[in-house]
Amino acid sequence: MTGLPKQRRADAFQQSQRGTEEPPIIKWILISIALLFCAVFLFLPLVNVLAQAFSKGVAYYWESLANPDSWASIRLTLLVAIISVPLNVGFGLAAAWAIAKFEFRGKSLLITLIDLPFSVSPVVAGLMFVVLFGLQGFFGQWLDAHDIKIIFAVPGIVLATMFVTFPFVARELIPLMQATGTDQEQAALTLGANGLQTFWYVTLPSIKWGLIYGIILCNARAMGEFGAVSVVSGHITGLTETMPLRVEKLYNEYNAPAAFAVASLLALLALLTLGVKTWLEWRQTRNFAKAQLIQEPVLDSNGAGSSRPA
Amino acid sequence: MSIELRNVTKKFGEVVAVNSVSFSVKEGELMALLGPSGGGKTTVLRMIAGLEMPTGGDVFIRGKRVNDLSVQQRNIGFVFQSYALFKSMNVFKNIAFGLKIKKWKRADIQARIEELLNLFGLEGLEKRYPHQLSGGQRQRVAIARALAPKPSVLLLDEPFGAVDAKIRQELREWLVTLHHDLNVTTVFVTHDQEEAMEVSNRIVIFSRGVLEQVGAPREVYDQPANEFVARFIGVMNILEPEVRDGVARLGELEFPAHGQPDGQKLRIGFRPYAVQISSDLTQYRYHAVLRHTFFLGIMLRVELELPSGLVLRARMSKEEYAHEGLYDGREVSFQIRQYRVLAKQEAALPPETELRYQAPPIVGEHI
Repeated sequence: MTGLPKQRRADAFQQSQRGTEEPPIIKWILISIALLFCAVFLFLPLVNVLAQAFSKGVAYYWESLANPDSWASIRLTLLVAIISVPLNVGFGLAAAWAIAKFEFRGKSLLITLIDLPFSVSPVVAGLMFVVLFGLQGFFGQWLDAHDIKIIFAVPGIVLATMFVTFPFVARELIPLMQATGTDQEQAALTLGANGLQTFWYVTLPSIKWGLIYGIILCNARAMGEFGAVSVVSGHITGLTETMPLRVEKLYNEYNAPAAFAVASLLALLALLTLGVKTWLEWRQTRNFAKAQLIQEPVLDSNGAGSSRPA
Repeated sequence: MSIELRNVTKKFGEVVAVNSVSFSVKEGELMALLGPSGGGKTTVLRMIAGLEMPTGGDVFIRGKRVNDLSVQQRNIGFVFQSYALFKSMNVFKNIAFGLKIKKWKRADIQARIEELLNLFGLEGLEKRYPHQLSGGQRQRVAIARALAPKPSVLLLDEPFGAVDAKIRQELREWLVTLHHDLNVTTVFVTHDQEEAMEVSNRIVIFSRGVLEQVGAPREVYDQPANEFVARFIGVMNILEPEVRDGVARLGELEFPAHGQPDGQKLRIGFRPYAVQISSDLTQYRYHAVLRHTFFLGIMLRVELELPSGLVLRARMSKEEYAHEGLYDGREVSFQIRQYRVLAKQEAALPPETELRYQAPPIVGEHI
């Protein structure tokens, strides 16, 4: 009786074997499509950006970057990133900690809320801040009376950027922290460590790579955000123009080489991000491989070692 | 007293996990907290450690009330079921962690760790990371780490739960030796009664958050406080004979029940070793057929089927079995040497212990 299903399973296996044997053509078609897609949508634009940026020579490229307004946009972008990324790291850590380590009511709601910036159009996010803090907004009168400028000023840009980039760190950390559990932290407590020591010596090392990855993504988005920032910035050249907004303005003024010069910096950032990410991933695999190499002699020497694949 | 609990209660919301538990652990004792899962034993251990705060009652460590002390201030060593080794630190740093936190001098840390590595047979492994260790090694590192800062008590949560059966046995023996050498007050949680019996000086038995009995392994086995303990520690035959004319009967079996009203059911319990078996059919009062023999090493477990269909479990040594010339399907005579009348309601009343020796075998009654 048991022979029949076994036979059937073997048949099924054979079929699927044939199924994977059959389509080398399909395999190559799929790979070609993927490569072509990357070439057309990623590589070509990148080459184009650089080509356009240097179309009037290297001197003009540097000149466009050194232009006071462009330089102001670079500084503003860095300023916004320097403020919003650390704050988001703090929020992300706190949120991930709360979700991974505690049980409370409304936890799934909190997870959904953290994801909200991903699902909301950046323009809507920007408009939301205008509605809140704009002159006609809820707090508009009060802010005006106290001479606080949020919309069409740097605080508004920082707020919009933070909103859009909020999920990156938390999203990276939540699954990681959930997988780690709280045992190691509790062990540190029983050994006399206080909360800060536990966080610094135990929690942080175990989430290090996830955290760095989250920060990189968060930073890349903070520097590159256009939609939400565009709505709240007011496009005041030299004052509230970030790099993406600057690129758009220069392009609209038919100054393509200057626009692409600034754009090339953003592209560089993207490449850098990608490079660091790849390096981190490579490092991790190498570490695991190394750990396995060390493990071999353990098995030889006493035979008691459990060979757990890393 | 090294550790004392007085009327300790713990509620998680509406659920009472631990209900007014009181017991004490003597200095240098090796104590087991035993019970089925969900019995509240781990919660008790965590309350001693300060990882959970009691809802009511007091916890004392070395005579000092520690209810308001945090985990860090209690000076305890805790070994987690998962061992909870710091994954990002090697063995040396794991063990050194508590010492660094307590700001020991570098040279002292070095000396203490060498001492511990030596004691725990972990020499040469100090550079290894937790994932490069075997299960047994991990456990030893976890215990070494907990003991490094010289805690006043060592608490272990299911210390043998995460290793396979063979290493388990080694680790049990090792823990007993270690405790003997260090003489540190140790409390460990287990759901395995054999483990508790073998390792500990005394056992605290819990079920559903209630303390059922405290005592030495021998005590809880020989004088169980109630039916729960009797059934949890070892095997017990339980019968419910009905009283008629001052005798409780079930099938062929009869138990004296003087003064009990007719129609009442008694609960009779007896250990498998209390059943005496003979191949000589005239020797004992009752007759049965040997149904199944289970080889457990030196001891054998056998099942007796009575003519009425009743099945009893018995235990005997290999020698006895061979001497009597027993085999499955053979007809034998037997008697029940000692038994208890159990309280009706489970775990509510400690039953009277009634040992009765059916001394003179009634010969030839059923032939």
